[in-house]
Amino acid sequence: MLRERILNFVFAFGLLAVPLIAYVSDAPFVITLATKVAILALAGVGLNIALGLGGLISLGHAAFFGIGGYAMGILASHAQSYTLLTTWPFEIAGTKSMLIIWVVALASSGLAALIIGALSLRTSGAYFIMITLAFGQMLFFFAISWPAYGGEDGLPIYLRNGFPGLNTLDPIQFFTITYVILGLALFLSSRLSKSRFGLALQATRQNPERVEAVGMRPFNIRLTAFLISGMITGLAGALFADLNRFVSPSMFSWQTSGEIMVFVILGGVGRLYGPVAGAALFILLEHWLGGINDYWQFLLGLILLGVVLFARGGLIGTLVGREVAHD
Amino acid sequence: MTALLTASNITAFYGASQALFGVDLQVGEGEVVALMGRNGMGKSTTIRTICRMAPQKSGKIIFAGQSLNRLPSYKAAQLGIGLVPEGRRCFTNLTVEENLIAAAREGFWSLATIADLFPRLGERRGQSARSLSGGEQQMLAIGRALMTNPKLLILDEATEGLAPVVRQEIWAAIRRLKSETGLAILVIDKSLKELSSVADHAVILERGKTVWAGATADLNDDLTHRYLGV
Repeated sequence: MLRERILNFVFAFGLLAVPLIAYVSDAPFVITLATKVAILALAGVGLNIALGLGGLISLGHAAFFGIGGYAMGILASHAQSYTLLTTWPFEIAGTKSMLIIWVVALASSGLAALIIGALSLRTSGAYFIMITLAFGQMLFFFAISWPAYGGEDGLPIYLRNGFPGLNTLDPIQFFTITYVILGLALFLSSRLSKSRFGLALQATRQNPERVEAVGMRPFNIRLTAFLISGMITGLAGALFADLNRFVSPSMFSWQTSGEIMVFVILGGVGRLYGPVAGAALFILLEHWLGGINDYWQFLLGLILLGVVLFARGGLIGTLVGREVAHD
Repeated sequence: MTALLTASNITAFYGASQALFGVDLQVGEGEVVALMGRNGMGKSTTIRTICRMAPQKSGKIIFAGQSLNRLPSYKAAQLGIGLVPEGRRCFTNLTVEENLIAAAREGFWSLATIADLFPRLGERRGQSARSLSGGEQQMLAIGRALMTNPKLLILDEATEGLAPVVRQEIWAAIRRLKSETGLAILVIDKSLKELSSVADHAVILERGKTVWAGATADLNDDLTHRYLGV
């Protein structure tokens, strides 16, 4: 446990130190890479609550990531074109305020998680995987066929949204925002896993019938976890869209769901800092292997295969010397 | 004595095969009742039916003045039925303390009172449930059920497969529960000697049906030989 805490600190400090060094040495591209790691790790932190604590293998988390992204894209595009979002039943204008966009992203992805969760959590195993995947793909095709917001081409946003007191176009300042949010999400995830709710969620993963016998309804526990998980991933989607100043249907695609899951598995399923380690390793490999070979994803696949076969605790599990965080 | 649990003429099926043919039993407030019978006579099914884990076909189950018919098992547990299942089934992915906290509800039972009842659990509170011995896992399963602060504790073969010394510890704890807390207990066990010394009443099942119910003091050799094969 102590070794894992030390390792967590190393990852947290490393993720902060890299962009600071890049800032001093005037390498904005590295800061952007670190920002991407922080945002993708945030999406992974969301999935890790459902997958790592609850054992819910969701292949539809791209739905929440995309909803968060489109919440940002739609609000910002209306603000930049000075058009109203809707005129009925009352007028709603767009906004360039990050804080408002985050609230909308959290609310809309939370609502989606509640609906998707309420339907999909009545099933388990392969059926749960397929239903979550189907919801993600449904939204993917909806986004493609929605010309008002770019359809297949996506939706560009010319200026990054604003945050009170900060210049969000400055890479280091935008990184700071994402790093703080990631820190808050990790804190929430840590508190959650040790709370009575988090323990009941972990118990539900192992034996739902026994959880019911002590007076708790596994469905409610899982739905709450799915909701929190979806909201965090939705917030990551809004930040990701702000980083790229662009949203596209690919945010909803099953490949995105798969990538978020890869971050969690690479880092260590159920490990607090697993998504951080996984996202950092993924981005590093993407750039390192991408520079060597165009088929870098094939090489990434081999590495993932190696992790699943020989290091089931992921990067963190392997480094702390314990294979799996749970059954 | 006021009846806390009354099961009248309950029948249950596993698919097409009938497992209970009319079980009647009653547990009063603060009373210890032994549910007896040979293997396969429906004792565990009766308990699972009371806890709403096995489908009940007919009959009535009233607990604390409320019908349990049609209630899901978590509601029955919320009403105050604490089950210690056969085979323990602790949450092995959690520590001792986490197992107890996960089940905790407001009331007399807390981490401190559980540690007082089972000092070994107090000593191993940070240890993974997976690493506990069979006896310690059984203590944890009892502790977890107590943490729900039940009105009725149901113990299904709580001492099965344990070393004699550990069995004595479990029986000593059950005696303490009876004398110090006045908790109603429904217990299934193979040890006739221990059951007779702890239980106030006994119910004997034969082929999924209640064939005898009465005070344990009235259990005689004829009954135990005929229905329990002892």
